[in-house]
Amino acid sequence: MFRKVTLSALAALAVSAGAATAAGGEGHTHDVDFSFEGPFGAYDEMQLQRGLQIYTEVCSACHGLRYVPIRTLHDEGGPALPEDQVRAYASQNFEVFDEELDDFRPATPNDHFPMSNLENAPDLSLMAKARAGFHGPYGLGINQFFQGIGGPEYIVSLLTGYTGETREQAGVTFYENTAFPGGWIAMAPPLVGEDVEFADGHSNELHHEAEDVAAFLMWTAEPKMMARKQTGFVAVVFLVILASLLYLTNKRLWAPHKGKKKTA
Amino acid sequence: MSGIPHDHYEPKTNGEKWVHSRLPIIGLLYDTLMIPTPKNLNWWWIWGIVLAFCLALQIVTGIVLVMHYTPHVDMAFASVEHIMRDVNGGHMLRYLHMNGASLFFFAVYIHIFRGLFYGSYKAPREITWIIGMIIYLLMMATGFMGYVLPWGQMSFWGATVITGLFGAIPFIGETLQTWLLGGPAVDNYTLNRFFSLHYLLPFVIAGLVIVHIWAFHSTGNNNPTGVPVRTGSKEEAEKDTLPFWPYFVIKDLFALAVILAVFFAIVGFMPNYLGHPDNYIEANPLSTPAHIVPEWYFLPFYAILRAFTSDVWIVMISSWITGGIIDAKFFGVLAMFGAIAVMALTPWLDTSSVRSGRYRPMFKWWFALLLVDFVVLMWCGAMPAEPPYSTISLIGATYWFAYFLVILPLLGVIEKPLAQPATIEEDFKAHKSKHGGTKTVGTPAE
Repeated sequence: MFRKVTLSALAALAVSAGAATAAGGEGHTHDVDFSFEGPFGAYDEMQLQRGLQIYTEVCSACHGLRYVPIRTLHDEGGPALPEDQVRAYASQNFEVFDEELDDFRPATPNDHFPMSNLENAPDLSLMAKARAGFHGPYGLGINQFFQGIGGPEYIVSLLTGYTGETREQAGVTFYENTAFPGGWIAMAPPLVGEDVEFADGHSNELHHEAEDVAAFLMWTAEPKMMARKQTGFVAVVFLVILASLLYLTNKRLWAPHKGKKKTA
Repeated sequence: MSGIPHDHYEPKTNGEKWVHSRLPIIGLLYDTLMIPTPKNLNWWWIWGIVLAFCLALQIVTGIVLVMHYTPHVDMAFASVEHIMRDVNGGHMLRYLHMNGASLFFFAVYIHIFRGLFYGSYKAPREITWIIGMIIYLLMMATGFMGYVLPWGQMSFWGATVITGLFGAIPFIGETLQTWLLGGPAVDNYTLNRFFSLHYLLPFVIAGLVIVHIWAFHSTGNNNPTGVPVRTGSKEEAEKDTLPFWPYFVIKDLFALAVILAVFFAIVGFMPNYLGHPDNYIEANPLSTPAHIVPEWYFLPFYAILRAFTSDVWIVMISSWITGGIIDAKFFGVLAMFGAIAVMALTPWLDTSSVRSGRYRPMFKWWFALLLVDFVVLMWCGAMPAEPPYSTISLIGATYWFAYFLVILPLLGVIEKPLAQPATIEEDFKAHKSKHGGTKTVGTPAE
């Protein structure tokens, strides 16, 4: 598409401008066509479920989702798992500390996902909204207007952006990553491809896995996106109709005074 | 209320008479709604109603949000997420409130620049103008404190930077900063007082809005020609004006519906476009974001604040004269508040006898440049404080002050204004013969 070409040109410009200004060099984020983009975009339930599986089997070893109630996995406009599956998922995967029991117990759907296990592993609940993948050009915000802010794209770029280079610094291993600002990240490559087996036989190549988990994290960050777009659409349609009626009313009201209809 | 002669409210039914003799409230509402309004108001005059709507929207959504928000450093961020996830319609309320602030400032900037172009600040509307400027200042305070409440990274660091400005004031700065924050640094006591004031100030604004409307209802509206309404007799006034209801109410509501369609598209489809991603990270006093950027509506003044660095000659001179009391930081603060103060002083800085910019050939260009300057400063405010942006900011800031302090006073003396229409009626007719297709009568002299 023409827009795509223009935008990637602009993105390239923005990235080079960004790289020129920032000291450590901004990371590179590539655009991904997610199903939930645009005013009519919707989450792909199956993709969210695959993303949930990747999160559970890989990410959750270190990262938490502390703001996300497990019960919302059942919600419409989300992964929409059946209620019994949500209950089973909660009790099989997570344990929470119950203050009344003064002991750990299996999680229930009303609990939230746990917090991060590692202190330096950030919580992922809002990660897809807390990072901007796209900038510029020249700080004008034009790329973000057309492509979105780029949080999920940043996550995909980060997960697929490992070059394989490592370096030691003060006893910590850093991994070179083309998407991470500064170029070196402390997180070891979490996904390498074929990390999980999907029940539906969907491809588990690295970039597919990365996109699935990024889509899932977009949902954890913005669980009401579908309801919001729906409300927005209804409001816009209603207001356009209202504005048209008011326009006609206004025109008619003023007509005698503007001399459009000659009366005297 | 208005100095323009028109029919006043007469109670007709017995019920109306009963109320009117005890409290003339129906008359007050009637006279306010039926105020004679210049016929020739153009589309730049619709932003007042948009602003009134914004204030109502912010108060209504805000009151509901408060029912679910917890003003405590350990819980504020999580309570906003609770609103976004668990409260019925909470995500919509929160996004409306968040983007409502942007619409509010967008509208107020157009409203202010409309006033600056058409000379709405000039006698006899100075008090309307000054009250408007106070409302604008309170809006900035309210917006700033509201941005702190979600307790994200930008909330925390924005609060740290902005309250730090007050710390730059010589002698009393540190005490003042501590007093504002409630302690030595941004913390729970800061969040609590900002929450309290963020709830209070909108009602102060609402009160001032009433005074603002009262003031221009006493003088009558300005209009695109700047020529006053004829007030010799009721018949004469009626040739220049139409009652606010229904003519301007319907016109304004139409404009409001169009603007809200765009607003709801933004809220529905890209609610975080105007925000900053860092504010989705919980505040962490130990980790400073790479770029601390205020909300877009503060950017022009933020650019002016940062423009005056210690290597600018005027800063060096002030520092030398005052023995270092006015350092670069304090100079920046003075410049930022000064940039707003000069706007408030416009009624006395503009020496031209002509009110409307439409009849001021030189003024037009300088004004256009001021608009460009405002946008450029906004852009610079978002960029890092380094060349070339620092230089552009300095040029932009200089022009801002030059416009108000040099150009406006001088133009009144050197500019030769164009002929103004004798009456509003004349302008209205000329305008309609230019645009109206089927008009037949219309020589200005009837």
